[in-house]
Amino acid sequence: MSIESTIWNLLEEVKDPEVPVLSVVDLGVIRDVKQTENGLEVTITPTYSGCPAMDVIAMQIRMVLAGHGYAPVTIKTVLSPAWTTEWMTEAGKQKLLAYGIAPPNPKQQVCTPGYFQQEEAVQCPHCRSFHTRRISEFGSTACKALYQCEDCKEPFDYFKCH
Amino acid sequence: MFLLSLHLADDALILGHRNSEWTGHGPNLEQDIAISNIALDQIGQARNFYQYAAELYNANKDAYTKTFSSPAFHQVIGPIDEDDLAYLRDAKEFRNHLMVELKKGDWAVTITRQFFMSLYQQLLYSDLQYSADKRLAAISEKSLKEVHYHVRWSGEWVIRLGDGTEESHRRMETAIDQLWPYVGELFIPADFQLEAAASGQLKNPEYYREPWLEKTAAAFDQAGLAMPALNWYQKGGKLGIHTEHLGYLLAEMQYLQRSHPGAQW
Repeated sequence: MSIESTIWNLLEEVKDPEVPVLSVVDLGVIRDVKQTENGLEVTITPTYSGCPAMDVIAMQIRMVLAGHGYAPVTIKTVLSPAWTTEWMTEAGKQKLLAYGIAPPNPKQQVCTPGYFQQEEAVQCPHCRSFHTRRISEFGSTACKALYQCEDCKEPFDYFKCH
Repeated sequence: MFLLSLHLADDALILGHRNSEWTGHGPNLEQDIAISNIALDQIGQARNFYQYAAELYNANKDAYTKTFSSPAFHQVIGPIDEDDLAYLRDAKEFRNHLMVELKKGDWAVTITRQFFMSLYQQLLYSDLQYSADKRLAAISEKSLKEVHYHVRWSGEWVIRLGDGTEESHRRMETAIDQLWPYVGELFIPADFQLEAAASGQLKNPEYYREPWLEKTAAAFDQAGLAMPALNWYQKGGKLGIHTEHLGYLLAEMQYLQRSHPGAQW
């Protein structure tokens, strides 16, 4: 196995500190891994500009790789192309669902819905009903919105399509 | 590019800071979280623009060193970073629009200002993401995705309050009266914007006046609010001439770093 594939496997151990069921690979924030003359270079991209988890993620990557004897590690941050939930793995979406967070819908066809325009249906992660409503576009972290199921009445987080 | 990046960072930071003043004081839990999230996005955008500004500064220190007179700033040894730009400059060295530094006011003032600024940023970043300056383009592309949410959230509130009760409508009218004199400045180019426009890095901000007015009028129409005429306006922010409010904001924001340089927690 090439060193790059080994590193990709090890990065599965690094979890998103705010959604600990997701690895950084599931999340789609790892853009590249390569061996350079000066050690390993891991390229990451932030989910949201102000996401406080990114600093922790960068540190965790260093720690996990150092724990397996890989040093020095350079973490490079790139902004473009901007991260999108389309980069989240299918396995990641299933893990979110099992954790009680509705995974992001596929990228919406209507790019910027108008004011008060209903977004496509978000499925309740508990009873799987599509009869849900948005309580707030902003949830407990930058990447989530707050929803409630009209059938089972449970409130839940939706990892919003971005 | 240095002053342009600094200006974009200052707008985002100061507005983000004003919005963060609502954290723990929002009208209800969901909206407290919403405005705090928006503040977080803006401070993240500010960091990206500051990091770029700091790199440009360090690469050409001799040319830019006279831009600032703050003694604290010049005490930094070696290359400067994003924190030095945010915490060690004085009010007259900030290049933000006056609108963002005004007090947060009531909820109507906060959301009206957010709507005005988010609409402006949406127009600006939509173009800037294709700028010849690759770094500004990348930051704008990233920021724009967040700004779409801000426009929608604040626009919905403008409509909800304008078309709400007699009291909420009255408050919206007061908020618009208070903020309107600061709108004109958004479309008046500063020298650094003209320079960037001349080299094809961005459009002259005058270009955004019409689309901005159009989008604002559309929301006001839905909200049942009257659109004032855009004539007399306040200006000076982009040149470093600020209202008294910025000094108080900086005193609070910078206090710790000025008293305990380099403090971290």
